[in-house]
Amino acid sequence: MEKFALHKGLVAPLDRANIDTDAIIPKQFLKSIKRSGFGVNLFDAWRFLDVGQPGVSINQRRPNPNFILNEPRYQGASILLARKNFGCGSSREHAPWALADYGFKAVIAPSFGEIFFNNSLKNGLLPIVLSGIEVDALFHDVLGFPGFQLIVDLENQRVVTETNGKSFNFQIDPFRKHCLLNGLDDIGLTLERVDEIKKFEEQHKLNQPWLFS
Amino acid sequence: MLKTLYDKLWDSHVVRTEDDGTGLIYIDRHLIHEVTSPQAYEGLKLAKRRPWRVESIVATADHNTPTTDWDKGIEDPISKLQVDTLDQNIKEYGSKAYFPFLDSRQGIVHVIGPEQGATLPGMTVVCGDSHTSTHGALACLAHGIGTSEVEHVLATQCLVQKKMKNMLVRVEGQLGAGVSAKDIALALIGKIGTAGGTGYAIEFAGSVIESLSVEGRMTLCNMAIEAGARAGMIAVDQVTIDYLHGRTFAPKGDLWDQAVSYWRSLRSDPGAIFDLMVTLNGSELIPQVTWGTSPEMVVGIDGRVPDPEHEKDPSKREGIEQALKYMGLEPNTLLTEVEIDKVFIGSCTNSRIEDIRIAAKVVAGKRVAPNVQLAMVVPGSGLVKTQAEQEGLDKIFIAAGFEWRQPGCSMCLAMNNDRLEAGERCASTSNRNFEGRQGAGGRTHLVSPAMAASAAVNGTFVDVREIITD
Ligand code: SF4
Repeated sequence: MEKFALHKGLVAPLDRANIDTDAIIPKQFLKSIKRSGFGVNLFDAWRFLDVGQPGVSINQRRPNPNFILNEPRYQGASILLARKNFGCGSSREHAPWALADYGFKAVIAPSFGEIFFNNSLKNGLLPIVLSGIEVDALFHDVLGFPGFQLIVDLENQRVVTETNGKSFNFQIDPFRKHCLLNGLDDIGLTLERVDEIKKFEEQHKLNQPWLFS
Repeated sequence: MLKTLYDKLWDSHVVRTEDDGTGLIYIDRHLIHEVTSPQAYEGLKLAKRRPWRVESIVATADHNTPTTDWDKGIEDPISKLQVDTLDQNIKEYGSKAYFPFLDSRQGIVHVIGPEQGATLPGMTVVCGDSHTSTHGALACLAHGIGTSEVEHVLATQCLVQKKMKNMLVRVEGQLGAGVSAKDIALALIGKIGTAGGTGYAIEFAGSVIESLSVEGRMTLCNMAIEAGARAGMIAVDQVTIDYLHGRTFAPKGDLWDQAVSYWRSLRSDPGAIFDLMVTLNGSELIPQVTWGTSPEMVVGIDGRVPDPEHEKDPSKREGIEQALKYMGLEPNTLLTEVEIDKVFIGSCTNSRIEDIRIAAKVVAGKRVAPNVQLAMVVPGSGLVKTQAEQEGLDKIFIAAGFEWRQPGCSMCLAMNNDRLEAGERCASTSNRNFEGRQGAGGRTHLVSPAMAASAAVNGTFVDVREIITD
């Protein structure tokens, strides 16, 4: 996993509540064998006017001009702003994979689906919970200032606006913060315990040798 | 300290415990199928890691494989790619056993594990599939995991887990003829709800559980996940040991004797404390049928579709209304008046030899009702299929107008071509009746194999106890 350094990026506002994992990446794209490449079909049903099928290049598709992510001013956005209960629905990890693959580094919302929240952290995508009022204020700013950027300062657990210097604090589990800051994935962390695992395995083999025969 | 079966299984696999109680748990058996493993192998490759212990891996292709025309291979190119990728990954990295598409021992991952003796008492078992709880019938700690966790287990042989709480479900008495493990599972979920087991590991015990075959026990543990519990389990007894004896990967000779003496300790200590206890009276149980879009929306076969008018809680009322609308049912309809279009006997819940035998017994000498367009039996594995054919059961089904298919997940989740069309109503022995689960707009009623078979020949649901009296 990449280290989550101080991140500065363009913000895209998606003004909807309860965006579920099927909306983030529709079911027909789940038969893929990769964890990369989902970005082109992120929010597929909203981003395009035609119905998306796996394997069809997006150059042959008809983009929905009214969908916010298609507006020229939000191209290259890396921070997504959304409403409550973002990422509700299934446990599939394709949703955070798609967001990260599209280029998002962080999602800001008043609340998140629980499994999505955890899956995001495991995949280097930072879900940031701010209060409804703070999210409102950000929506206001994004719409008001083309090119509106935010600075996500994970170390100090705050989001800072570039233009007017507003700052919002957020909470994060200390262990998850440590992992993100240092680019440690769960596997990397567990592998720091190699000796303990090996020792356990030896003893386990003595206790239940038939498991290893 | 007195321990539950779950405590024992947990304690014997803890590599280390963090201050906040999170455990690093060693995994003995890693079951792999084509849908949730490709990204895990890809991640492993990208990070230049190797699997920790390939001998722990048992793999098969089941979710996407067709159940007809095997000579044509897999026609859907995307399904084929998933299956080919599994072939490739197993070839590259290795496994203890692999039952690929077309192998005579291929089948649903949760059917072949126990059948091969690849899941054993005392093991920790994981698979990237929520119904891994099935294997707990053999007194192992078995649960489903996500793709990141599949990769984690591949790379480290361990899983990071918080310990669950203990729940005991006690089923006493004696089941009547025509009443089965599936009915226990559905009645339990009706009682405690689909979130009733959230945060718990469920142990099933009591005289009814002791009287069940291992197949029946698997049906019950399989459905633990639908009750919200990630794991279900049953203590070792002579039934367990007899079931395992002589299976391909079960220990042999001295090791067998050693194993059996250890396995006999795999039961909750008398007096061990459970955080929650639930009891069911097996003697009072009758065949169950779901009427809605969640397994907890269930009634006995003598019951009626509920009337939302009688529900005071507004959110529950709305739930009932939505479900009835989706299911195309009127309030107060008798379940025995509900006509069906299709019948599916299969899935990791009910596709074992015992399930197929009881369904065949119901169907024998009868014909599928004219209003039923398709009735199919999809055995859980190649070995189940062969066994059934040796017993002549396939002929009984075919003579009655059923289709006799090749093994796989099939219409349980409709990832291959077996699916319901919008509005079609199905009596299904699978485990989930969610909206669209068996095909967009499809209407699923969960029942036991005996009930599915009797619905097939009757055209509507019918109390199978009228047909099976012994
Ligand atoms: S039969 Fe159904 S529930 Fe079982 S593993 Fe297959 S898809 Fe999952």
